[in-house]
Amino acid sequence: MTATGIGAPVRRKEDQRFVTGQGRYVDDFNRPGQAYAYFLRSPHAHAIIRSIDTGPAMIMPGVIAVFTGDDLAADKIGGLICGWMIHSKDGSPMKAGPHPALAQGKVRYVGDHVAVVIAETLAQAKDAAEAIVVDYDVLPAVVDPAQATKASAQVHDVSPDNTVFNWHLGNKDEAEAAFARAKHITTIDLVNNRLVPNPIEPRAAVGEYDPGTDNYTLYTTSQNPHVARLVLSAFIGVAPEHKLRVIAPDVGGGFGSKIFIYAEETVCVWAAKKVKRPVKWTSDRTEAFLSDAHGRDHVTHAEMATDENGRIIGLRVHTVANLGAYLSTFSSSVPTYLYAPLLSGQYDIPAIYCEVDAVYTNTAPVDAYRGAGRPEATYVLERLVEKTARELGQDPAEFRRKNYITQFPHATPVIMTYDTGDYAASLDKALELADYKNFQQRKQESARRGKLRGIGFSSYIEACGIAPSQAVGSLGAGVGLWESAEVRVNPTGSVEVLTGSHSHGQGHETTFAQLVSDRLGIPIDQVSIVHGDTDKVQFGMGTYGSRSGAVGMSAIAKALDKVIAKGKKVAAHVLEASEGDIEFKDGRFGVAGTDRSMAFGEIALQAYIAHKFSGQDLEPGLKEGAFYDPTNFTFPAGVHICEVEIDPDTGVTKIERWTAVDDFGVIINPMIVEGQVHGGIAQGVGQALLEGAVYDQSGQLITASFNDYCMPRAIDLPSFQVGMTVTPCPSNPLGIKGCGEAGAIAAPPAVINAITDALGHEDIAMPATPQAVWRAAQKARMPMAAE
Amino acid sequence: MYAFEYHRPTSVKEAASLAGGAEDAKFLAGGHTLLPTMKLRLAGPANLIDLGQIAELRGIERSGSAVTIGAMMKHAEVATSAEVKEAIPALAEMAELIGDPHVRNRGTIGGSIANNDPSADYPAACLALNATIVTNQRKVAADDFFQGIFTTALEEGEIITRVSFPIPSQAAYAKFRNPASRYALVGVFVAKHADGVRVAVTGAGSNGVFRVPEMEKALSGSFTPDALNGIAVPQDRMNSDIHADAAYRAHLVGVMARRAVQAAAARG
Repeated sequence: MTATGIGAPVRRKEDQRFVTGQGRYVDDFNRPGQAYAYFLRSPHAHAIIRSIDTGPAMIMPGVIAVFTGDDLAADKIGGLICGWMIHSKDGSPMKAGPHPALAQGKVRYVGDHVAVVIAETLAQAKDAAEAIVVDYDVLPAVVDPAQATKASAQVHDVSPDNTVFNWHLGNKDEAEAAFARAKHITTIDLVNNRLVPNPIEPRAAVGEYDPGTDNYTLYTTSQNPHVARLVLSAFIGVAPEHKLRVIAPDVGGGFGSKIFIYAEETVCVWAAKKVKRPVKWTSDRTEAFLSDAHGRDHVTHAEMATDENGRIIGLRVHTVANLGAYLSTFSSSVPTYLYAPLLSGQYDIPAIYCEVDAVYTNTAPVDAYRGAGRPEATYVLERLVEKTARELGQDPAEFRRKNYITQFPHATPVIMTYDTGDYAASLDKALELADYKNFQQRKQESARRGKLRGIGFSSYIEACGIAPSQAVGSLGAGVGLWESAEVRVNPTGSVEVLTGSHSHGQGHETTFAQLVSDRLGIPIDQVSIVHGDTDKVQFGMGTYGSRSGAVGMSAIAKALDKVIAKGKKVAAHVLEASEGDIEFKDGRFGVAGTDRSMAFGEIALQAYIAHKFSGQDLEPGLKEGAFYDPTNFTFPAGVHICEVEIDPDTGVTKIERWTAVDDFGVIINPMIVEGQVHGGIAQGVGQALLEGAVYDQSGQLITASFNDYCMPRAIDLPSFQVGMTVTPCPSNPLGIKGCGEAGAIAAPPAVINAITDALGHEDIAMPATPQAVWRAAQKARMPMAAE
Repeated sequence: MYAFEYHRPTSVKEAASLAGGAEDAKFLAGGHTLLPTMKLRLAGPANLIDLGQIAELRGIERSGSAVTIGAMMKHAEVATSAEVKEAIPALAEMAELIGDPHVRNRGTIGGSIANNDPSADYPAACLALNATIVTNQRKVAADDFFQGIFTTALEEGEIITRVSFPIPSQAAYAKFRNPASRYALVGVFVAKHADGVRVAVTGAGSNGVFRVPEMEKALSGSFTPDALNGIAVPQDRMNSDIHADAAYRAHLVGVMARRAVQAAAARG
């Protein structure tokens, strides 16, 4: 390992500009003549729009234009799309209601887009928006997913009972047979609480139109600018693909919420041409709460069957998934193919059957949020495994161990084939780091102080490195999920890597450069990573689903292999040897068995000056591209152990210890990986203890600010004990599995398993706020009081 | 935010005169309630009178049996004041528990008291410490000053100039924070004075800060946590929201009161 190669804890190159305020985010881009957009949003969760009178707004100071859904329709601008087709059990396609960028005749959630004002200043746009007169006919709203099919409110005409689809996966008959012969059946009812993503940078867009060239430019907070361009051109029809440049510059976090193509950027591009001015919109935090796609929101009933030997023989799951008022870009895939295929977890479960009923409600759209389906699956399985172990009187660690998959490859009953792993190794290491053997002592010590101590496990698995394009295509995806890369070597030997991945906090400018430094033997400061601009990078599928290492870097590795192969051809000419005798090692091309060699940079120069070879026999230059399509998902897995202490007087849960042992395959930069684990755990703890989006019955979002929506703070978290085990991923050239979502997937059940262990009963929901835990602790005390 | 006229007087007299002459005027102290409200367009005063340049509203003085704090003193200044820490450490600790460092370095004691947010910390300190609120027109006892949520004895245009806190023999503040906002879900300030114990509760009451006479009587007899055994505040006077319902708040009042007494007693 070199100081800047694979495996080195290189400090993040990009942090210098981020921590000194030199980053350039979308809101930092101000174009000449720029005007400002402000969206008038629905104050009602569900209402017919009888009329919109924009007249009074049009005459307000500074107003350039006011547009409504009718204007978009007149220009034949299409609605927003959902790019993953799910079919119901009966074979019928999902019921996708219309999703206009500005409402047409009806609003369906609080924050829905009614009209846009374009003005000289934002304040003028806001003033004018207040002058728009909208005549609403307010309708009853449906908020609770569990009640959606029985509600009097009907969100979309295409779905009279608010059902989007009734989907299933697995084998029902086999699962029923397993339950019929079960010795013990454990059941559980769970709510996976709805979350607001809250990246630190809110969404923003600047649309620009050049009448001279007929070119459009969109600066936008996107995790996948090429996908945004594709959707905006091919489906929404705002601009032709070759005429639209999408730039996603520095982006301050996404967690999934910036994958999607929203109304606001659509309107900014379109309006820029209408008003012949660049148009900027920057979300404020309230708008972010109301209109960023939310995450999770499942209601689940699940059952686990075990045999007389304490082996899991069957799993049945029924989930109602709230997709909100409209189908967001990838929303349909989250509670289906990103969810049910993970229900086998790390366990050898011969029969699994999962049904998912997806419903519309009068709430913000719900889509992928860090983990996307996999945290929901892990929460179901790991709560159920823990509860089963307790009911069987078995140690939760040993119950897991007994049921672990040990032979690979392993085909689960829910379409996944796990390639490799060593789950017991992670468990052993975690038990040791967590000092599990002395837990009872610590529990007694807590009890002496009047506190309740508990320990909880989470033995998670995720499917990352998404994804083999043929496989996802057969499951309904509208796109392929490969990645592309281009490696441009300059005559001076420095290297630019153009990648279709997009960094919005992950540290790609460092880790990707480490791969190049490692492979080409050049210093890391000779490498630039270019991303986030459709005019520079040919194409890319973007960053989500922990795919940038496993898929994005594999594309780079493939292109680097081609660069080295081409370099060998050049070196053969320059060093006057046959190509087969050229070796590339430690940054030098050499002739085998001799001391003749040249540095990578020298060969790069030779490739460009082309003095030593015929430009007809060998093309000058040194630039190679690659598309990498994965052959399988990757399967990061690990064991997290959470230890809590509860103050029964107040209900405050303090996390005393956190142990995370993860197998991410080969690790490029252990410091960055550990940071990803820390951040993921923090988000998972946020979900388990603090966060929860709450709508009232009329559809108003009660938790629409940080005053009521509680984000995790450093003080809520302990110092983490992080350990690693490594089984390299066999399906990609670097052996990478991915690490970006693991913590958020693993953490929630570990926390709740620890709390329920401390309480001695299972009756607590997320978020386990002090009030909820206090009440649950009261309940735990009652039987003792009766004694 | 709507447009407004901004004024920056340098004396209390000038501020009062500006307020008297201006339509729809609001005083700006730390701005931690007013400015967010204005940004959300929920408030739009025509005139904003910034009290930040008025020297006579600043300063902390200890004189014999009391500590007097200028109305424009920031929470961080109170939290770190040597005079306050020595004379009434509980008050400095309370100031240290407000919000976060940003809030503590902008928010002021006068602004907090004038606003009388039902979850603010200072009203509890004022009531329990039997403070006197001094304005440009008069002196008002804390017991008469706080009159329900966001309601005080202040008249239109009246300006708090300072707050005088009698030094108790023992005192402490126990706060249970709203996990999200860090306001008091329940905050209990107990103070032992020569003439008895005062107990004031913020965050919990549906009508704002209040005293608990039963607890005061019990603690005046014996200043120990156990003296509070069997004393409960009625749930029907408690606030209720998604973070804490009335029963939980009522319970927390008891827990925080005991912890405050314990902390005060431990200080000796």
